Amino acid sequence: MRKNSRFNLDDTIVGILAPTGGAVSIVRISGDDALHILDKIFVCKNKGEFESHRIYYGWIVDGKQRLDEVLVSVMLAPRTFTRQNVVEINCHGGTLAVNKVLSLILANGARLAEAGEFTKRAFLAGRIDLSQAEAVMDVISAKSEASYKAAINQLSGRLAQLLRVCTNDLLNILARIEMSIDYPEHEEAEIVAQDVKIRLKDILSQIDKLLATANQGQLIREGIKTAIIGRPNVGKSSLLNALIGQERAIVTHIAGTTRDVLRETIKLGDIFLIIADTAGIRETDDIVENEGVKRSIKESENADLVLLVLDGSEDLDDKFISEQAHKNMIAVVNKCDLPQKIDLNKIPIPYVTISAKDHKGIEELSTKIKEIFAINNLQYNQDMVTNVRHINLLNIAKSSIKSAINAIDMGMFIDMVAIDIQDTYAAIGEITGIVVDEELINKIFADFCLGK
Amino acid sequence: MYIAKPSNIIVIGVGHAGCEAALAAARMGLSVKIFAISLESIAMMPCNPNIGGTSKGHLVREIDALGGEMGKNIDKTYIQSKMLNLGKGPAVHSLRAQADKFKYSQEMKRTLENIPNLQIIQSEVIDILVENSEIAGVITASGAKYPAKTVIIATGTYLNARCIWGEVSTQTGPAGLSSSTKLRTSLEKAGIVMYRFKTGTPARIHAAGVDFSQMIEHKGDDEIVPFSFENTPESIARKQISCYLTHTNETTHDIIRANIHRSPMYSGEIDGTGTRYCPSIEDKVVRFGEKASHQVFIEPEGENTQELYISGMSTSLPEDVQIAMYASVKGLENAHIMRFGYAIEYDCIDATQLHPTLEFKAIAGLYSAGQFNGSSGYEEAAAQGLIAGINAAAKILGKPPLVIDRSEAYIGVMIDDLVTKGTKEPYRMMTSRAEYRLLLRQDNADLRLTPRGYGYLINDERYGRLLEKKRLIDDEIKRLRGLTVAPSPILSELLLHHNSTQISSGVKLADLIKRPELTYEILSVVDENRPSLPKDVTEQVNIAIKYEGYIAKQLFHVEQFKKLENRRLPDDIDYDDVGNLRMEARQKLNALRPANIGQASRITGVNPADVSNLLVYLEKRKLGGLS
Repeated sequence: MRKNSRFNLDDTIVGILAPTGGAVSIVRISGDDALHILDKIFVCKNKGEFESHRIYYGWIVDGKQRLDEVLVSVMLAPRTFTRQNVVEINCHGGTLAVNKVLSLILANGARLAEAGEFTKRAFLAGRIDLSQAEAVMDVISAKSEASYKAAINQLSGRLAQLLRVCTNDLLNILARIEMSIDYPEHEEAEIVAQDVKIRLKDILSQIDKLLATANQGQLIREGIKTAIIGRPNVGKSSLLNALIGQERAIVTHIAGTTRDVLRETIKLGDIFLIIADTAGIRETDDIVENEGVKRSIKESENADLVLLVLDGSEDLDDKFISEQAHKNMIAVVNKCDLPQKIDLNKIPIPYVTISAKDHKGIEELSTKIKEIFAINNLQYNQDMVTNVRHINLLNIAKSSIKSAINAIDMGMFIDMVAIDIQDTYAAIGEITGIVVDEELINKIFADFCLGK
Repeated sequence: MYIAKPSNIIVIGVGHAGCEAALAAARMGLSVKIFAISLESIAMMPCNPNIGGTSKGHLVREIDALGGEMGKNIDKTYIQSKMLNLGKGPAVHSLRAQADKFKYSQEMKRTLENIPNLQIIQSEVIDILVENSEIAGVITASGAKYPAKTVIIATGTYLNARCIWGEVSTQTGPAGLSSSTKLRTSLEKAGIVMYRFKTGTPARIHAAGVDFSQMIEHKGDDEIVPFSFENTPESIARKQISCYLTHTNETTHDIIRANIHRSPMYSGEIDGTGTRYCPSIEDKVVRFGEKASHQVFIEPEGENTQELYISGMSTSLPEDVQIAMYASVKGLENAHIMRFGYAIEYDCIDATQLHPTLEFKAIAGLYSAGQFNGSSGYEEAAAQGLIAGINAAAKILGKPPLVIDRSEAYIGVMIDDLVTKGTKEPYRMMTSRAEYRLLLRQDNADLRLTPRGYGYLINDERYGRLLEKKRLIDDEIKRLRGLTVAPSPILSELLLHHNSTQISSGVKLADLIKRPELTYEILSVVDENRPSLPKDVTEQVNIAIKYEGYIAKQLFHVEQFKKLENRRLPDDIDYDDVGNLRMEARQKLNALRPANIGQASRITGVNPADVSNLLVYLEKRKLGGLS
């Protein structure tokens, strides 16, 4: 049985250097695979072989989706802090984007760095002098203990309960399989792979649910990155003003390094919207149409939510709508105070009618947004998985359990399927702090009457 | 007082551990004396009359691959052979053989007797001589002194043994043989921490009264696999004897329940720690009260005996209850008990006092193996005996010690578990204890371990044969990976016949082998230039290709594992000097003194932060910042 201690000396690790919330956060990757991972998630002009100690400008991408505009420093071993390959990504997109970048790197095979781990590696590689060593050890002890406890405490009662149900189910399945392997002549030893599959699928759907809440949790905590698009003069600026006027709560101005981007965080009821390029929105009401649309499209590519503003006093512009492709898009039909010409029934996406000028309909918009992100179904601070470490482990669990199901479909022997189930169990066990070691054998002998 | 000529190695005990230890050391060219209270007990099987089974079968194959004796001895004396788990993956196929236990014992005795530099002595060792934390020899009950460079303790269940059934208890070892009563005091005086464990055995019955027609016959395999890599199925073929399956019933359970207060386990008569792996029938009935019946296997104890072993019904109930209880089982109504079941308590040690070489950390030159180390089972004992014997000899010969790690063998898993975590109950090998199960198969034990045994018990000739086998396997895998087969009527028919998807363009033969419904053998018709290879080679080729993905995954984990194993912890490290260790970790590390970072990380109570701090400390030492 694989133990759930992911302690390694030189696997590839990733962590956030500067605390998130500041203007720029640095995501650092260290290890053999650093460049390989970068290659998969980074696009830039003239991308070829990375040269050491150079800075590259480009985008972090998840498949086709752009996550953040970044500057990347590439440093090849051994002339680096850790004497391993090191990549540092300067993210500009705020907390949510940084977390997305981090999750993407984790999904591509890196492990989340433990507290003080970069410094530890630097020390072990002889990059820090002796006098600093004690400090390193202090940090490791203090932080890892604290962060471990914090992570466990962060699990709410109900979430911990859900995870415990998963681990119990997995343990039951494993005990059954292991019993049949170690006691093949026992009368209960026969095992039906399809039964195992059904139970695994149940657990997979539980994990999926938890992961879905993880995304929502992040959205709630970090804010929904929102693009406001539309043709000139439909009222984008007045919508923005209406939103800001709704509750003038938090407004941040962040200066990017490559171009000036103004972003405003707006509290809308109990959710946060991060509206990017507010300057742009104001400008595009004035500048020539083509330029404005181009800019809108670029914004919407990086947004969690697109608010497509339409003018209710005009005919429906289906062509414009059909040109936009975003999975979370709401049509905001403005100017409901004027005589209406638009045929609401023909709008192919969710919509609300408002009058930005009179601040009417903003409440409905808020409700619609929550609907789209299924936020209403959430009990705040309850079922949500929000810790990056937990999300990472859940993702590992998910991919392992999928391999197990796949292996059963392939007709693979049950003892091999068990390898994937053990990986799943170890990953979830690491979230809940279960010591995997003796659990399984205890379970086998508790559940089955065995022995000569 | 007699003082013997000094010998290199002394082994205390002639059980499965003692025999392997003595043979290994003697075969490495050293003078060995092996002591037993009774020479009738050489390689005796006081409990079940079989060798192998799940994971234990792996151990026996591994013993053989390292040059040990158990596999060869059971091949000489088996009366039924069976490969278990054939419906599962190759990693968990496990060989088990029923033994003629009397022959098994005789053959092992003959083997020991035929080694010139190995002396067998019937005498009770009562004292170990320790000088300056180093072993110097032993003293026997008669007062004779036997000096030696190294000593291996393998006292099995004999140390202060007490047998109990019902209201009766006797100060005897298994099967009524004398126990060893004085050695414990000497060991404790030497500072060794002792535990007390218990186990048990069922009754033996006379075959004449058994109605086999009421039971289900279990035959051996038609095609057998020898335990020893140096035997062929043909060279050891013989007529096999059947085992039989019957069941307990509610009447049996009622008899047990009505008399449970007379069981020493429940009356508080026994204080040794029992094992979950061999529960008594009274334990089963009490713990699993809802089960209406339990399986009972009737196993012959040999070819020339009427005695039968009743597997599944180990007991320490009084004689009258045993008689009624066994007679209530279908087919045993008229059976006559020849030997009653009993529980046995014995002294053993906390194995965390040992290095992974099985040498005591506190007493140089003293080794121990087998049930004395807290394990249970013949195979577990033999494997430890072999490692202790090899290492005791290696120490004298100035060779590096042989430490097998968890990624190399079940032997490595077991010894690491025992010396790193210790055990609170008799330890049984199980496949689920092995993290890298897919790599540690019974079929590749020679490939894994014979090279490791080279220079110890493996000679040039055997090593050469292994290398040749490995070459044939590698070449054939390479050939299959490079060979493309084009669609053809023959292939199409073959695929159709095996319900396999048709191919539309050329594919690598290796990729076809990977399909669950196909094998290397099946595809021979579309592989015209296939070389003629021995079956043990083609078996490896088939497995390596078929399970490539899973094997690669485990190899990756092994690579990570090895990196920590390779970070040695110096012998003189004082964990009180290591900053920031948590108290529990500090105490455990000081007590256990692990050999490397990997072992340290597996100690219960040592967490990753402690390990990080250890690493930093090690680096500091290297830089010379600490004396």
